[in-house]
Amino acid sequence: MDEKNRKKVLEMRNLSISFTTNAGLVNAIRGVNLDVYQGETLAIVGESGSGKSVTAKAIMGILDKNSVVNSGTILFRYRREDGSEVESDLAKMDKKDFRKHINGKRIAMVFQDPMTSLDPTMTVGRQIMEGMIWHFHTPHSEAKARAIALLEEVGIPEPKRRMKQYPHQLSGGMRQRVVIAIALACNPELLICDEPTTALDVTIQAKILELIQRIQKERGISIIYITHDLGVVAKVADYVNVMYAGKIVEKGTIDEIFFDPRHPYTWGLLSAMPDLDTRDERLYTIPGSPPNLLRPVPGDAFAPRNIYALNIDERAEPPMFQISNTHCASTWLLDPRAPQVDMPAELKARIERMKKEGV
Amino acid sequence: MAEAISKTPLLEVKGLKQYFRINRNFTVRAVDGVDFVIYPGETYGLVGESGSGKSTIGRSLIRLYQPTGGKILFDGIDISGRMNRADQTRLRMEMQMIFQDPMACLNPRKKVEDIIALGLDIHHLADSREARHEAVREILDKVGLAPEHANRYPHQFSGGQRQRVGIARALIMNPKLIIADECISALDVSIQAQVVNLMRDLQQETGTAYLFIAHDLSMVKYISDRIGVLHLGHMVETGSTQEIFDNPVHPYTRSLLSAIPHPNPRTEKKRIAQAYDYRTENIDYKTGTQHHFGGTHYVLGTDEEITHWANGDRH
Repeated sequence: MDEKNRKKVLEMRNLSISFTTNAGLVNAIRGVNLDVYQGETLAIVGESGSGKSVTAKAIMGILDKNSVVNSGTILFRYRREDGSEVESDLAKMDKKDFRKHINGKRIAMVFQDPMTSLDPTMTVGRQIMEGMIWHFHTPHSEAKARAIALLEEVGIPEPKRRMKQYPHQLSGGMRQRVVIAIALACNPELLICDEPTTALDVTIQAKILELIQRIQKERGISIIYITHDLGVVAKVADYVNVMYAGKIVEKGTIDEIFFDPRHPYTWGLLSAMPDLDTRDERLYTIPGSPPNLLRPVPGDAFAPRNIYALNIDERAEPPMFQISNTHCASTWLLDPRAPQVDMPAELKARIERMKKEGV
Repeated sequence: MAEAISKTPLLEVKGLKQYFRINRNFTVRAVDGVDFVIYPGETYGLVGESGSGKSTIGRSLIRLYQPTGGKILFDGIDISGRMNRADQTRLRMEMQMIFQDPMACLNPRKKVEDIIALGLDIHHLADSREARHEAVREILDKVGLAPEHANRYPHQFSGGQRQRVGIARALIMNPKLIIADECISALDVSIQAQVVNLMRDLQQETGTAYLFIAHDLSMVKYISDRIGVLHLGHMVETGSTQEIFDNPVHPYTRSLLSAIPHPNPRTEKKRIAQAYDYRTENIDYKTGTQHHFGGTHYVLGTDEEITHWANGDRH
């Protein structure tokens, strides 16, 4: 992970998206900055309603009709077929170009529920070949051979027989493997996995995660991984962005987030993980609930739930404080004028224990 | 909570079988001879992959299904065959269920007060309108909702609050056993912890026993006193939480435990979950018998399999 050789694939700057609803304007995303580098996995963590999925949908250009992109750019760098390198702003691209140049071809997505993301009326084989034929006009026989190879790559036994089967004939884990095969069919540069294992059993989840890890190693593609499970993050991610109420509150490498978290919300998330080694009487929970984004959020959105909140949190939004080259967090606690606040003692003890395990 | 466990079990399940006949030639054996006991005031966790029959067991116990075979003793009465009216009423008052999807299990056209008080109405437990109102108010307070929530409809609540309504509905009957069928799987992680904490507090207060059905082992570990691991309708391993987590014997239990992702990037990155396939390992659950491993720890298998697994052969 040499700093200089890292090639930026995606650069999101100050993205802000609202939804018009009956109740008013919901500010789902409020100024998100995001960088994805080639061959690396970025995990976006947060509660439901924090805007992780909206961010992913914005990159894919599949936002709902009632959405408004208020500001921001999503720069995506890719190679054309002729080898020339282009950079385009996905936030401003029109739908037709999106479908023609981006979706499935260069950015592919794996959705949460494999039953609803597959077409029940099409055989598995046709669904895998569809993208290749549409984007590259691959001859049918060649597409078929590639589809069989892909099924084999994602670990489906008897790929030839499976090609002719329909989604309902497969189990949940197999279906998700098919979805991954479809996503990989056109050799995308960027793969977005939106909670790909939440609908699956733990044993199958472990296998799917190992599959995604292996594919990334072999193909060297970039992955954005959206999840709320920190155990999953620990397994797959190189970089982590913690999202809260439509903003990224802390970002850093996986080690920095797990072993040196700075934002009180990250402390809360890490403390709330049920740990297999401790047996406390109660599980830690973050008090309160996320803010209603229908109303403007003054100051720090996390302040009402934060026991370490300062006076200034109610008045001004904290900027991103840089902690190291890769690590930054948005909380006033990092301001030089702020009082010295340490993470909760239990969390500290747990991190110490984790560090020992790792050696 | 081990001291709360007395010697007479609250629920005794012996050789429970639940088959579903699809057609003349094919019968699904969802549950195929399962034994376990639940003591008063304890939490028994049932875990297993989807299709292992854990939800079916819960539904057979509360008699949403007619059990095909086996015996279920609940508080001394046999509830597996035909029941007389008095037993039926008792069962329906003393055993309650919390369902998985809090939106689907609450009637959207009824106010929360009427949803919660339905059990009182059916069994004529509230003598007056005031008594009914008071009972609902009390139970809402217990599950952490405000009294004014009684006049709202289910859609006006968040997921976690709805699940609290589901818990309130079960608790108002003062049941001895609550079957919680994946009651936290549909909730967000942070809300899951809140609901689990609530359930633990309520247990300490009321002394209700829980049958906690889930596939998330890390939550099950937190809430359960004892755990049963199900696979393909067979109870492959059962024991106290400590016995299962410290000394898993059956390869299926081991693969389940190894599949839980640990929140530690340094170990997790390199770890590979153990695979388990009963076909390639030639395990036939039907030929196995329950072997005792000390305490309440039992493992299903033939004699050779058990010695093979117990001798530290960790594949």
